[in-house]
Amino acid sequence: MLDIKSLQVKVEGKQILKGIDLRVNAGEVHAIMGPNGSGKSTLARALSGHPEYEVTGGEVLFEGQDLLEMDPDTRAREGVFMAFQYPVEIAGVNNAYFLKAALNAKRKHHGQPELDAMEFMQLIKEKSKLLDIDQSMLSRAVNEGFSGGEKKRNEIFQMALLEPKLAILDETDSGLDIDALKLVANGVNAMRSPTRAIIVVTHYQRLLDYIVPDHVHVLSGGRMVKSGGKELALELERRGYGWLENGVTAVGA
Amino acid sequence: MPQLAERIRPWLTAVDERPQGAPRWLQDLRDRAASRFGALGFPTVRDEDWRFTNISPIVAGEFRPAGPAPAAAGDLASIPHAGVGHRIVLVNGRFAPELSRLGSLPRGVRVASLASAVTEQADVVQRYFGQLADFGSRSFAALNSALASDGAFVHIADGLILEEALQIIFVAAPSGDARPMTSARVLVVAGERVQARIVETYAGPADMAYFTNAVTEIFAGENAVVDHYKVQQEGARGFHVASMHVHAARAASFTSHSFSLGARIARNDAIVLLDGEGAECTLNGLYLADGERLVDNHTMIDHARPHCPSHEIYKGILGGSARAVFNGKIVVRPDAQKTDAKQTNRALLLSDNASINTKPQLEIFADDVKCTHGAAIGQLDDDAIFYLRSRGLPYFEARDMLIRAFAGDILDRVKIPELRAGLEQELYSQLAKDLEEIDRQ
Ligand SMILES: Nc1ncnc2c1ncn2[C@@H]1O[C@H](COP(=O)(O)OP(=O)(O)OP(=O)(O)O)[C@@H](O)[C@H]1O
Ligand SMILES: [Mg+2]
Repeated sequence: MLDIKSLQVKVEGKQILKGIDLRVNAGEVHAIMGPNGSGKSTLARALSGHPEYEVTGGEVLFEGQDLLEMDPDTRAREGVFMAFQYPVEIAGVNNAYFLKAALNAKRKHHGQPELDAMEFMQLIKEKSKLLDIDQSMLSRAVNEGFSGGEKKRNEIFQMALLEPKLAILDETDSGLDIDALKLVANGVNAMRSPTRAIIVVTHYQRLLDYIVPDHVHVLSGGRMVKSGGKELALELERRGYGWLENGVTAVGA
Repeated sequence: MPQLAERIRPWLTAVDERPQGAPRWLQDLRDRAASRFGALGFPTVRDEDWRFTNISPIVAGEFRPAGPAPAAAGDLASIPHAGVGHRIVLVNGRFAPELSRLGSLPRGVRVASLASAVTEQADVVQRYFGQLADFGSRSFAALNSALASDGAFVHIADGLILEEALQIIFVAAPSGDARPMTSARVLVVAGERVQARIVETYAGPADMAYFTNAVTEIFAGENAVVDHYKVQQEGARGFHVASMHVHAARAASFTSHSFSLGARIARNDAIVLLDGEGAECTLNGLYLADGERLVDNHTMIDHARPHCPSHEIYKGILGGSARAVFNGKIVVRPDAQKTDAKQTNRALLLSDNASINTKPQLEIFADDVKCTHGAAIGQLDDDAIFYLRSRGLPYFEARDMLIRAFAGDILDRVKIPELRAGLEQELYSQLAKDLEEIDRQ
């Protein structure tokens, strides 16, 4: 589904990713771990097409297509979803209105009829139960005044609604208490399917107890320094990053 | 303010030929205004209140009082909300009965041409006319007071609740004059406990150079609730200078919604005197400018009595090389304890060449008061755009959504649905053109 080959990314003139290789197949869950500043969010944002993240080398194929050639919004409509580490607050834009516009943009792109208000409300009702999204979160402005946990839940809720082929979750677990974490994990697990791939960026084994990954990678200093199965995460939890070959470093450290 | 004599001379000629034949008191007022205008001349950028608004295109325009135009020339088609409620229409400042719709006014509401009210409602007009629009230091008010020969008069008797909105529409129309000027005048007297919505609209042809110099006086009686809407949609070559003066009596509640969408240069002054305990005012403003246009909003809320809250929010959207000025003055007099004043000013700059000068001006002479103000000027938030795009919304849709969110907050306060819809239409069709322009570059 996703094939990243020797991806290099610059941010504000600084080389952050120095050649990343990663292959993710449909049905798999990959966890990316690594110390602060190692480039995890940079990888996620580059995949979602953020204009500040300049790709200086390598290629990314998404279902055989050149992902890097696509606009951020085309990527989204083609089925790439990114749950942000810090979701943006958007004053004045009603959350439900925004979700409907996003969903219909995608449906239009795929030649499906747009949902009307009734159909949309029905869908919302169904999906909101799973993540315990209440009516007030839908009628407020997008993320505005949401607590950290509410923002993260809203991200996963959007994912549930948009049903992407590839979901990238950037530290969706940070700032969540255990109940919220379970809620979010349930939401993610409900999305697991043989036709969908999920990449979770996290610092903690805690999330991986609930969302069990097929593969775990360690990103360090802008490079993938180790890959393994789910037991790698447990080992990292026990031993930290210090034992890894060459040690690990933040970018530029 | 010394003025080049030759620049003001043509204007003085017009003032010398001012209307005659009014009752003595009014003629006196015109005479005083005329001589005051002669002494003041026009403001220049050396005047603090006009620092960022250079009106030389108006002064150099040598506008002359517009002659009458056939009512048929008064084009209401460009005013989407023209059909709402009762309406009085003035073409080139003169009452146009054929275009007005005053047939079903409730008892106790009088809407008439100011020229006729001067004799028919002599006592009310004489008591209120010119009481607020002080021309001692305001040259445009002086010019208007010297020249206004007609206008709109609204009198609402105590206790009346007006269900339907009351519209005052000024339209500029070709009259054969090369450089026509209208001295538009409005007097609204709302008695105690009155509840009313008043919509004041200014419109004109797109291809005509003209000048509207308007003065509005509004009296909101004790416990009255007056909602005032001003829609400035003058033609692109028009100039618009207007001051609205409001007197709010004890426990009156006055709300102004100002939409400034048209004109090459627009200057809107809103001056509110909270002159009774518990009087309250809300000033909402939304303005749009593009191209080489300039829009200047000066507001002044005078807290003269205790326990008067005021809320003010002005928002602007600027494209092209447009410039805007916002000056929000809040005065709290020594008596006005427990004043609670809040002012917000925000502007969205759609292009790098657009700019705004904004200034809060607080003059506080009481100690137990709460005054807050804030300004936020900026371009569209890139992070917000990216967030929306990351959910599949195309760039243009994302941008539209953010602009509408910005303006929606002010539009949402409009309580007349047809007016709101009309304003949206007007605003967004103009914006669509501006954005197209920006995207072409
Ligand atoms: N928008 C940006 N502007 C400037 N520098 C950036 C930007 N985004 C990331 N960086 C830099 O890139 C490096 C990698 O940051 P990144 O956010 O990808 O790390 P991370 O692995 O996600 O860290 P964390 O675990 O703390 O979230 C850091 O040095 C960071 O300062
Ligand atoms: Mg990160």
